[in-house]
Amino acid sequence: MARLGPANITLAKEIISRYPVARSALIPLLHLAQEQDGYVTQEAMAHIAELLGITPAEVLGTCSFYEMLKQEPVGEYMVNICHGISCHLLGASELIGHAEKTLGIKAGGTTEDGKFTLEAVECVAACTEAPCLQVNYRYRNKVSLADFDQLVERLRAGTSSIAPHGKLARTRQQIDDERRAGVSPPDGATQAPWLDTNSNSNGDIDNKTIDNKTADNKTTDNKTADNKTGVSP
Amino acid sequence: MTTVAPAPQDPPQDIQPEDLQIVTSRFHNPQGHTLAAYIQSGGYSGLQRALEMAPAKVHDEVRAASLLGRGGAGFPAGVKWGFCPPQVWPRYLVVNGDESEPGTYKDRLLMERDPHQLIEGCMIACYALGLSQCFLYVRGEMAHAQERLAAALNEAYEAGYVGANVCGSKHFSVDITLHWGAGAYIVGEETALIESLEGNRGMPRLKPPFFPAAIGLYGKPTIVNNVETLSNLPWIIANGGEAFAAMGAESSTGTRVFAVSGHVVNPGVFEVPFGTTTFRDIIFSSRYGGGLRPDRSLKAFIPGGASAPWFYEEHLDLHLEKTAVDKAGSMLGSGAIVVMDDTTNIVAACHNLVRFFARESCGKCTPCREGTSWLEKILSRILAGQGRPQDLDLLLDVCDNISPGIKWPPRQTTICPLGPSAVSPIASALQRFRSEFEAYTP
Repeated sequence: MARLGPANITLAKEIISRYPVARSALIPLLHLAQEQDGYVTQEAMAHIAELLGITPAEVLGTCSFYEMLKQEPVGEYMVNICHGISCHLLGASELIGHAEKTLGIKAGGTTEDGKFTLEAVECVAACTEAPCLQVNYRYRNKVSLADFDQLVERLRAGTSSIAPHGKLARTRQQIDDERRAGVSPPDGATQAPWLDTNSNSNGDIDNKTIDNKTADNKTTDNKTADNKTGVSP
Repeated sequence: MTTVAPAPQDPPQDIQPEDLQIVTSRFHNPQGHTLAAYIQSGGYSGLQRALEMAPAKVHDEVRAASLLGRGGAGFPAGVKWGFCPPQVWPRYLVVNGDESEPGTYKDRLLMERDPHQLIEGCMIACYALGLSQCFLYVRGEMAHAQERLAAALNEAYEAGYVGANVCGSKHFSVDITLHWGAGAYIVGEETALIESLEGNRGMPRLKPPFFPAAIGLYGKPTIVNNVETLSNLPWIIANGGEAFAAMGAESSTGTRVFAVSGHVVNPGVFEVPFGTTTFRDIIFSSRYGGGLRPDRSLKAFIPGGASAPWFYEEHLDLHLEKTAVDKAGSMLGSGAIVVMDDTTNIVAACHNLVRFFARESCGKCTPCREGTSWLEKILSRILAGQGRPQDLDLLLDVCDNISPGIKWPPRQTTICPLGPSAVSPIASALQRFRSEFEAYTP
């Protein structure tokens, strides 16, 4: 499956609906494609282009800029060893050398069984936990050489809870329609309504229950935006 | 475990312990990221208070707080907020959660451990300035932060703190859209962040306009604020801007979160009063960094992330205060203090920092694209023992082309400061440790 599957199409449309301009959903959709297939296939890029009303070349143009988006298959587990300055000072090079030996590949390579891709990456913001690494973007802190071997064993044995490459957050944002304020299209809006009142207390808290739906211009904005941004029906 | 905030039994000389925690107050609570724990500890009271005030008054409080941006440039947030042109709508809020400066490690914790605080800060900013949609841009590699924020947003929507009719108000309705990147340091530059959010390659925009507040997302006025900056807002509104300004130093108010890493006994993330703590305190005090490893001496330290010129022994008594650090020729930047002891190979450390900028250059401006990769290659060959005596001057010549005069603050021949940032480690290292480079070049 290389184009987005039915469930992911639904999810893609939901993601697109959160942006005033559809193209803003491009990176999230590329992540979605990568979650589905482990990497971003050409077919998925073409499909995303259709969903956003842009060309496949534009999708590729964005996709190729970002390090996390892989256009070729990678291992089930991306092992990213940090070699930022703090990790460098505390043994990142030794750890990378050891990892290359343990996995039998050079940084940048993938093991023959397709299990592991090893990368030396720039600072991943765990500097006080040096040397650190990420497996599919899950942290492992203060990793000794022995820790690394244990980690690889567990991943090989399949006893780790880490999801296959492509899956990022396990929780997604969900916005119920009745709680949605609505997108704010760049060419559609007037002054924010809460600024436009004579009272001192512009928030207008009036003890109404939150669920109480009031007529709000923004609901219509939402619809206008969908039309404007070329979302495929 | 990351050490956050000092132990109460060891109070500092001149500061009350309760002053020390504004943004990290829930870090010790394993449930601090949940709505229940957040509300129990006073959460969302800042937003409720804001909604009882006129929006302009909320802005006034932030101005009164003299809150400096916590992302790197240290620009006053209240002033930046004032740059929105009147009567141009809509206006957007973009949260910069693309923390990637080497050594920097605070926004990730703020997003993971206290996501509601950030969400509340976003809603306060939107209310104050009439920003009608918020985009929360989280660095792609931070899966756990994305998860915690998604869960927190779902809770906050359900409870009525975000979305339609916030806290039951008639008119205040704002969505927060959680967005995430895909791996590119340059996206931390605010115009590149906007490009990325528009679905483009993350390349900085030509200036002027200097602030996206004038022309930003979709060409509309856009406030781009750092995660830590926004996380301060709930406290500021709940307690007043003056109370915030009373903490820290006159020109650097409130508290700041610093990550101390490298060759220290107790690396950690510490929230300290801004501007009154010294580098010596934060590196050597047992409450913070705990000093160097046994029998080691200090060689150098980076005061504010990879882009900052290095400091040495003689700078230890400087306060962690913007003006003082600027004057001494460096910057507090993103609050990243990286300590190097006498075991450090300076040439290798310098190469490490320069390689970072070479890899992360977006390629838009020639001096940076070519210059940083030249610098990296020259340093590589020096490290490999194949350097030539003239290479040291060549390094400085390339630096001079990226940042004419090699001065501080840097001049730049590029759209953004990434290229000039690569000059900092070289200028620092060559000035202080030239002999270590010469030892490599016959």
